[in-house]
Amino acid sequence: MKLLQALADGAVVSKRNLIKIKRVPDLLVFSTAAPIMFVLLFAYVFGGSIEIPGMDYREFLMAGIFAQTVLFGATITGSGLAEDMTKGIIDRFRSLPMARSAVLVGRTTSDLVNNALVIVIMMITGLIVGWRIHSSPLEALAAVAILLLFAYAFSWAMAWIGLLVRSPEVFNNASFIFIFPITYIANTFVQSERLPSGLRHIAEWNPVSAVTLAARELFGNTSPLQTPPDVWPLQHPVLASLGWVVVFLLIFVPLANYQYKRAVAR
Amino acid sequence: MTDAIVAEGLVKRYGSVVALNGLDLKVPEGTIMGLLGPNGAGKTTAVRVFTTLLDPDEGSARVAGLDVRKQADELRKRIGLSGQYAAVDDNLTGFENLDMVGRLYHLGRARSRERARELLTRFDLEDAADRPVKGYSGGMRRRLDLAGALVAKPSVLFLDEPTTGLDPRSRLGMWDVIEELVKGGTTVLLTTQYLEEADRLADQIAVIDQGKVIAEGTADQLKEQVGGERLELSVATTAELAISKEALADLAVGAMESDERQHHLTVPVAGGSGVLMEAIRRLDGESVKVLDIGLRRPTLDDVFLALTGHHADNDSAGDDEK
Repeated sequence: MKLLQALADGAVVSKRNLIKIKRVPDLLVFSTAAPIMFVLLFAYVFGGSIEIPGMDYREFLMAGIFAQTVLFGATITGSGLAEDMTKGIIDRFRSLPMARSAVLVGRTTSDLVNNALVIVIMMITGLIVGWRIHSSPLEALAAVAILLLFAYAFSWAMAWIGLLVRSPEVFNNASFIFIFPITYIANTFVQSERLPSGLRHIAEWNPVSAVTLAARELFGNTSPLQTPPDVWPLQHPVLASLGWVVVFLLIFVPLANYQYKRAVAR
Repeated sequence: MTDAIVAEGLVKRYGSVVALNGLDLKVPEGTIMGLLGPNGAGKTTAVRVFTTLLDPDEGSARVAGLDVRKQADELRKRIGLSGQYAAVDDNLTGFENLDMVGRLYHLGRARSRERARELLTRFDLEDAADRPVKGYSGGMRRRLDLAGALVAKPSVLFLDEPTTGLDPRSRLGMWDVIEELVKGGTTVLLTTQYLEEADRLADQIAVIDQGKVIAEGTADQLKEQVGGERLELSVATTAELAISKEALADLAVGAMESDERQHHLTVPVAGGSGVLMEAIRRLDGESVKVLDIGLRRPTLDDVFLALTGHHADNDSAGDDEK
């Protein structure tokens, strides 16, 4: 009963955040404009110079684009919370008999919905530039599910940083430092085995690489001519991705909750 | 009569800054208590403790019979808070804001919607109900915020500087709204920097300075300590000053102060503008040439000066006579 109530409270807060997407559509436009430009840039400008054995670069590219897009989408959690912290609305929430967890649960849930919306837009973009799904609908759905699950877990990390810095501007700069290497020192846009050896190790163990490869395989965007690097996470990308989701949640849900309590108790 | 709010020895420190320094307070049920003090006196900190937003370092507080620390969950169902920074969401409409608050008070979908419409009508926000709050004026936001505090018909209401930052017209509108509200018998704790506001709205006033209550009483009792209203006038000559003193002697309710060098006279009076008119008539009758005359009501700064010997130390408090 108490859990149901907490979920209902989270849904109310989540609805509040989603109304913002409707009222300020620029937010959705800008969170998709950049990835669409990336698709065009890599498909038509850089793509010609990047060779992927056994397939067109655009087929290879899209899983990386999806991973990048949901990671950037997850940063909204941090900036949204940081922004809320600067306003009186959190005090109002805290003076109400609602579940303590609802602010964070509502925030991460609405950002998950936002990301689902964004991923649909990016899939349509991919189909337009020549990307195709070569697997069963169920596998394709599993690919989307893994991307969204990982984004959801990642948004708890962003929540923690957002509550730590408490300013949307600072958050945007701080998250960039974090999100840039994790997105690009990976197999998102190039094959990780072509990276210089130091970076290659990082890329192979980067959670984003496992997620990207999992999506790539589940969409059927791999070729028998490619053999995944001989490290456990890339040999078992689906399992590794789910493992990372659990690890992220175990670390960042308590951290974000702790930081929330600290941030509001002033 | 039981007390709706009881605070005993509340202490809250932020590093070396002491925000509350042993605050004691009692607010009887169904009355309005005005917590009067300058910025940084500890008013908001006290409200945050009473509304469970902040744990005190020492001391205890009970609101509606519930301990703010141990029974916080239960307490939140019975209080309403309207803060100095309107806690409304800019992107939601007025209706959506109130509906959300209703849902979070667990009123249920139908009741939340009904209550939101009710309050929007009551606070004269019907026409703006379905517009995003972004386009609201400052006064409208405050009214919406206050409406939010009333959604669950709380038995104790906290209003933290409900009119700070509002223009004079919106302030008067807000006072009407609050006066209307408290006729219903709700216990209200109101914080303010304005003596005039506390005077108009509160039954009892507690003056707070450096985290402590330094004086308590009705507005009249406090004004007595401060000296109440004063008639101040300037004349051209020492002779006229003497004539004025004699002419106004029986209007004074306390000792007159005169400045022989500046030809300036201060007369403590009671009775407002009627006394001012009478004084002018008398001085005119004596053919005294008055350079300047005016009625001065005590400000928060006067209260502070009288009670503590130091100024309120606040740039916005002193110049607030309207």
